[in-house]
Amino acid sequence: MTAGAAPRLTYAIGELPAAEDSRQSLIGAWRLRNRRRLLLARALRKRRELTRLTDRTGAIRKGAILCAMVVRNEAARLPWFLAHHRRLGVDHFLVIDNASTDGSEALLRDQPDVSLWSTPGSYRKSRFGLDWLNWVLMRHGNGHWCLVLDADELLVYPWHETRPLPALTAWLDGKGRRSMPAMMLDLYPEDRLGEQPYTPGTDPLNLLQWFDSGNYSLQVQQPLRNLWIQGGPRARAFFADDPRRAPTLNKIPLVKWSWRYAWHNSTHSLLPARLNHVFDETGGEMTSGVLLHTKFLPEIIAKSGEEKERHQHFADPTRFGSYYDGLIAAPQLKTPQSRRYTGWRQLEALGLMSRGGWI
Amino acid sequence: MSTGKSSPGKSSPGQNSLGFVMLCHTALHRAAQVARYWAERGCPVVIHVDRSTPDAKFDILCDQLKDLENIRFSPRHICEWGTWGIVAATQEASELMLKDFPEVRHVCLVSGSCLPLRPIEEFRDYLDARPRTDFIESVTTADVGWTVGGLNAERFTLRFPFSWRKNRWLFDTYVELQRRLKVRRRMPLSLVPHLGSQWWCLTRQTLSAILESPDRASYDTYFRRVWIPDESYFQSLVRLFSTSVESRSLTLSKFDFQGKPHVFYDDHLQLLRRSDCFIARKIWPRANRLYNTFLHPDAASQPRAEPNPGKIDRLFAKAVERRTMGRAGLYMQSRFPNREQANGRTAAAYSVFEGFAELFEDFDTWLSRVSGTRVHGHLFAPEGVEFAGGEVIYNGSLSNSARLRDYNPRSFLTSLIWNTRGERQCFQFSPRDSQKIIPFIAGDPHAQISVVSGAFSVPLFHSNLNFSEIRAEAARLQRIEAEMLTLLRAPDVKARVRVWNLAEFVENPMEPLQMIVDEISPRSLRRLTEVPRLRDLTGFGQFLQNLRNQGMKPELMGDFPAGGEIPGPGNRRPRPYLVK
Repeated sequence: MTAGAAPRLTYAIGELPAAEDSRQSLIGAWRLRNRRRLLLARALRKRRELTRLTDRTGAIRKGAILCAMVVRNEAARLPWFLAHHRRLGVDHFLVIDNASTDGSEALLRDQPDVSLWSTPGSYRKSRFGLDWLNWVLMRHGNGHWCLVLDADELLVYPWHETRPLPALTAWLDGKGRRSMPAMMLDLYPEDRLGEQPYTPGTDPLNLLQWFDSGNYSLQVQQPLRNLWIQGGPRARAFFADDPRRAPTLNKIPLVKWSWRYAWHNSTHSLLPARLNHVFDETGGEMTSGVLLHTKFLPEIIAKSGEEKERHQHFADPTRFGSYYDGLIAAPQLKTPQSRRYTGWRQLEALGLMSRGGWI
Repeated sequence: MSTGKSSPGKSSPGQNSLGFVMLCHTALHRAAQVARYWAERGCPVVIHVDRSTPDAKFDILCDQLKDLENIRFSPRHICEWGTWGIVAATQEASELMLKDFPEVRHVCLVSGSCLPLRPIEEFRDYLDARPRTDFIESVTTADVGWTVGGLNAERFTLRFPFSWRKNRWLFDTYVELQRRLKVRRRMPLSLVPHLGSQWWCLTRQTLSAILESPDRASYDTYFRRVWIPDESYFQSLVRLFSTSVESRSLTLSKFDFQGKPHVFYDDHLQLLRRSDCFIARKIWPRANRLYNTFLHPDAASQPRAEPNPGKIDRLFAKAVERRTMGRAGLYMQSRFPNREQANGRTAAAYSVFEGFAELFEDFDTWLSRVSGTRVHGHLFAPEGVEFAGGEVIYNGSLSNSARLRDYNPRSFLTSLIWNTRGERQCFQFSPRDSQKIIPFIAGDPHAQISVVSGAFSVPLFHSNLNFSEIRAEAARLQRIEAEMLTLLRAPDVKARVRVWNLAEFVENPMEPLQMIVDEISPRSLRRLTEVPRLRDLTGFGQFLQNLRNQGMKPELMGDFPAGGEIPGPGNRRPRPYLVK
């Protein structure tokens, strides 16, 4: 999670002009193109920070589905994360290890379907890992459907138990779409944070069962015309005084990559801008998924203390001290109105994701 | 009926009466599996493989099926969507079928991604009972509603030499050019263009009549330049030669609103079973469960019924609606209507009351009792959200924080209405509240807004403030309320707005209250027996006069006599709906 640059212009519900009325001016399009090229140049430069540890990319076949990620000290979450996404149909993982000290590196090195890079570089200075991701995807992702996730995110989408990712991507291909959105849904435990222990390799959803079903704020941001979703438990518990700073929840984790593409603001938005137009503007619904966010496993409290000192997240980390203090205080996020997660059909019925026309 | 499950070549009466022409281009292993299933059960299969498919894959397919003597491979054509190649491939494969398998009476055209849903014996029995019937969807262009892309009758009157897939620009430009020049093609004599599903099941008589027709050359020349001829060639010609056309396809095949075929997956198993159709397309090649179930040698059939795709039709119609219309009032990551195309700003009807809570004691308790709805306090109060029952967290975990609400008031309101759909929401509003939401509510047909203008002065009248403070506050609130009334009177307002001024309202409060309650809960049409208690207004006229004396001009309250007399409910005056 990262806080983006200040938006120039946002549209609230009912204010968004029709796409043809707000088409990019030539100069605006030229600026975005320049920005994209700069990002790509940056990614090329930053590749020097990466050291290859294991290279199994030779095993990537045509049409393989890839998953790219940057990790740091995620040994507890990785076993379940890998198992979950393998089950969904990910063929190969491209992982960048940012100086883990908890054995994540060794764990990843032994996986038969993981290609591993390591870097001691600064997460913040590489634009929260985006430069590294852009490089790895430029090198290996071209022409593949790529999932870009954090280790605390588990993708679910309509029919995911019976239709693996190749079914989804084939369907998206048939619709001529190159990206699919999945918003982050913060899951939290019944009790105060950190009360129940978590055993690595088990389903984190056994511990984190609850979520907020209907308190999200939506806007559309210019100049990319991307959605900006905030809200959920973190907004109400930690950012009630300054909601603008609340974490951004919209993500576009599934993209049919091309070496010309570049992540722009975390995985919330990317360039070219058309890839961000993942929502229907004429009243219909497009297909979308949800990233079950397992941030609130017990280790959150120790990690928050560490992150507060490390200053590697957020554009202006000093202003988020109270957020970390709030987490360290181990609050109870569950409310009488929280919902218990029962599956994708529930999320769809609540309007958090949609099957669109895919039945 | 024959039970020959797996005895290639064994023939019994009627066993070879059905043959399949199969067109495939990808997932050849699945095509091979299905072809084997049919061939082993005595149905000859002629397979056409797209010439664009690599030869290596074709060779594997041939190898896989070489033990079956009732399988043939027809000459390969390039089958690009919408072009003549598919028809040419079908023609040659059909000729091969008719020549090599003289017992075949019905020829069924299928694709490599088709799957039989019922045992082949049932299909054969069905056709044996209708030996002269041609099953082919064949509809005149005027009656077709399903063509996508704006080309309907023009498919037959224009020429389409360019590939839509590869040269979209040339395709579009040439179509436009022909429209401008008003070019029209001459149709072969006696031909009436018909359209329909590509997948048919024709009798030997009809099929051979089409293929052996003396005019075939002219038909072929004509259809070579028709757009998507595979949906019109046989569909049109069958009308010239068939004695009995049943205009429907025996193959279950659904298309979405963009004209792309729907794919069936493992989770459609029960749906496909219940459809009672004979064949379905298209099946996802990796739907192992579907292939294993329906191609199982002992695949038992449910009690036989007429093919009934109706259930599936309903489901698919709902899916199209979800995709194109969406759920009204829902704003989420893949639905964010722009200002032109809202399809419902909010999910359900709701009511906004301005001035009522100020004028009546316990108005919200009373209203929720008589109307049976959820009545909130001032949802947009500056101190915090006053949810019904003083809740801190409401449905959907909405917080009562004023800052969270004011950060995005529209999301707050639409979320609240969405989260509580099924239960009507009412809330109080006043000029003290955060006003940013008003333009949104005013433009929402779901909103019912009732305003008693000037009622904001009643709490001031009862307050213990210094009069100068009261005067300043009254002036501020009056200005805000006047602005709001201007917005509510704009010509493009879609909400249902009713405004009374304070004087006329207190004169006869029953009638407006009755009207509002009737509208909220129309089923309980009964006279109001219980009235909320009006706050004490003795001396209110003098209070307004004092404001005037201090230099303020109370305008929105209407005419209160300065003497302190409140007009009683007896003496009625004409009531304008909007304040002057």
